[in-house]
Amino acid sequence: MTSAEVRAAAAPVGDGDAINIVAFCCHYCAYAAADLAGSLRIQYPPSVKVIKLPCTGKLDVQHVLDAFEHGADGVMVAGCMEGDCHFQQGNINAKRRVAYTGNLLRRIGIEPERLKMFNMSSAMARRWADAVTEMDTTVRRLGPSRLRPRSAGPEGRTP
Amino acid sequence: MSSTGLSGSNLEAVLAAGDFAVTTELGPPKNADAESIRAKARLLKGCVDAANITDNQTAVVRMSSVAAGVIALQEGLEPVVQVTCRDRNRLAMQSDVLGAYALGLRNILCLSGDHQTFGNHPQAKNVYDLDSTQLVQMIVGLRDHRRFQCGEEIKGVNPRFFVGAVENPLADPVDWRPLRLGKKVKAGADFIQTQIVCNVPRFREFMTRVVDLGLASKTHILAGVGALKSPAMARYMRDHVPGMDVPEALIERMEGAGKGIDDKAERAAAYRKEGMAICVETIAQMREIGGIAGIHLMTVEWEEVVPTILDRAGLLPRPRRTSEQRKEAS
Amino acid sequence: MIVAEQKDLEEIRASVGEVGRVLVVGCGTCVTVCFAGGAKEAGILASSLRMAARVEGGSQDVGDVTVQRQCEWEFLDAIAADVAAADVVVSIGCGIGVQALAERYPDAVVVPGLNTTFLGLPVEQGVWEERCAACGSCVLGSTGGICPIARCSKQLLNGPCGGSSHGKCEVNAEAPCAWQLIYDKLKAQNRLDRLMEIAPPKDWRAARDGGPRKIVREDLRLNKTDEK
Repeated sequence: MTSAEVRAAAAPVGDGDAINIVAFCCHYCAYAAADLAGSLRIQYPPSVKVIKLPCTGKLDVQHVLDAFEHGADGVMVAGCMEGDCHFQQGNINAKRRVAYTGNLLRRIGIEPERLKMFNMSSAMARRWADAVTEMDTTVRRLGPSRLRPRSAGPEGRTP
Repeated sequence: MSSTGLSGSNLEAVLAAGDFAVTTELGPPKNADAESIRAKARLLKGCVDAANITDNQTAVVRMSSVAAGVIALQEGLEPVVQVTCRDRNRLAMQSDVLGAYALGLRNILCLSGDHQTFGNHPQAKNVYDLDSTQLVQMIVGLRDHRRFQCGEEIKGVNPRFFVGAVENPLADPVDWRPLRLGKKVKAGADFIQTQIVCNVPRFREFMTRVVDLGLASKTHILAGVGALKSPAMARYMRDHVPGMDVPEALIERMEGAGKGIDDKAERAAAYRKEGMAICVETIAQMREIGGIAGIHLMTVEWEEVVPTILDRAGLLPRPRRTSEQRKEAS
Repeated sequence: MIVAEQKDLEEIRASVGEVGRVLVVGCGTCVTVCFAGGAKEAGILASSLRMAARVEGGSQDVGDVTVQRQCEWEFLDAIAADVAAADVVVSIGCGIGVQALAERYPDAVVVPGLNTTFLGLPVEQGVWEERCAACGSCVLGSTGGICPIARCSKQLLNGPCGGSSHGKCEVNAEAPCAWQLIYDKLKAQNRLDRLMEIAPPKDWRAARDGGPRKIVREDLRLNKTDEK
């Protein structure tokens, strides 16, 4: 995962109304769950752009900040169930970093609810769909991020 | 080393004569008014052989112990000036000692001092240039070697104080405490006052070791006793004051004293009465312990009960040393 | 190692002010190891400053660079161009690094991003404790390897005081009583006799009390004539 990849995923899509959520998914569970949701044609909001990681433990605070800085309205971190991480403790480390980043976001002036971690097994397609739906609802309630690039701001709300 | 007649103080003369000595505490005011000291001094004089004047106790700013000591002395009460290591370096301490002696003060007690974070100026820089053992050594040196701490000779009148130190007999590490007292004796402490003792059996064990080490014959040890005002105070001491072993039985006894009394003021009076009774009993027990040369009665802003307690303990009147007797002891 | 903590973002922003171009400079040594001022922290701080400015409707160009050690001139020389291009430099090195930067680049406006706190070690991951007070006259040989100047709240040399309780210092319930540690150590090693000696008053001239300190090793100095 490169920072260019994160920036590309974070960039707002199309016109101002579309919500854009970047989801960092671990290969072993969350990505598989997302894939399964697709196969099963489970419906959920289209607002998410997935970035695959070998494990959520690979996630750095910097990646989350990059996503928000370059326009993401929300960030999801999805990993294995606690205790079942393919790499033992990766998702626990991710949980700590997500908590740390949430506090940092608050200091920066961004609502910490825009960032959330979810745990699921590779079979939990519906859980994936529910997680995306939850993030989508939260972010719509909060509105587009104040850090969207100026040209992509929705009418009347350009920073 | 226990020395007679080095300072000419009343406390020294009483101890030298082998009388059971009595000291207590007088807290200076948190203002610049001399009158409260005079009032307390009038209350205490004649009841005690000397009264400790505390030095910014619990790191709360109060009138300086030397100044308050002089006011008490003028009122006829002999002071023991407390000096802590927290606020002064070796220059200021020696300077204060010279002045204190010139003003007629004759007893000094050396302490480390409560850390400033406990008090009302927690942001202050602390000093701790010396520790209490080094302070004892320094003041004894001014007297016995006629030299400042730097080694320079004192020309003319040198301060000759009766020098005391403190020990907290049941604080950790407990095994070390008698030996630590030994260090202070080695440094030259003429007398020792202990922290308040509530657990007399454990204190007896401590004193047995002190006597075995030969320390009781080299210094004068005054046992600390306190007057409890309430069960809450007893619990506070048990939970928040290091080294305070307050037996459960004592707390129960205090609580029992107020049982069945609904009126708040009456209950408070009952607690105080019990606290005073316990104090009198403890004093009697202390008189039976080998190596104890006297008591140091601490009543924490309750100086008015001191005469009553001492009277009930059979310690009044205090022996009066005439100036001839004091000179003889010199 | 030197242990430091990052200042609050608000405090850093206030000291930077509303300038156009900011450079955050990290350090790859002590502050990396205590997760306060290394390359990762420099990147995160730079992002945070940029984002916080935009949240308020403004903008601030903030870059970051990290040098191996901010306290050595040769490492600082390498970032001359970055420093020259910045209106304000936020150093997240320790206080020494901040000063070295300011001294090497006298025209630069340098502000600290850290509060340098103490000399200590990581007793476990995520927990650092003070161990050394840099007093200049080490007495660790007499105290079983435990420092009474750094670890005793009252810097006693003939401790403990009466406030030692269950092995903890009464000033800070989480701090062990240094003299309890010293006593336990010497007792376990059968060397308690060392404690019976009265330690004399300390000569504080070798400590910071004597004034700012300096060490010169003539045997190591580059002799200008030798270089010819």
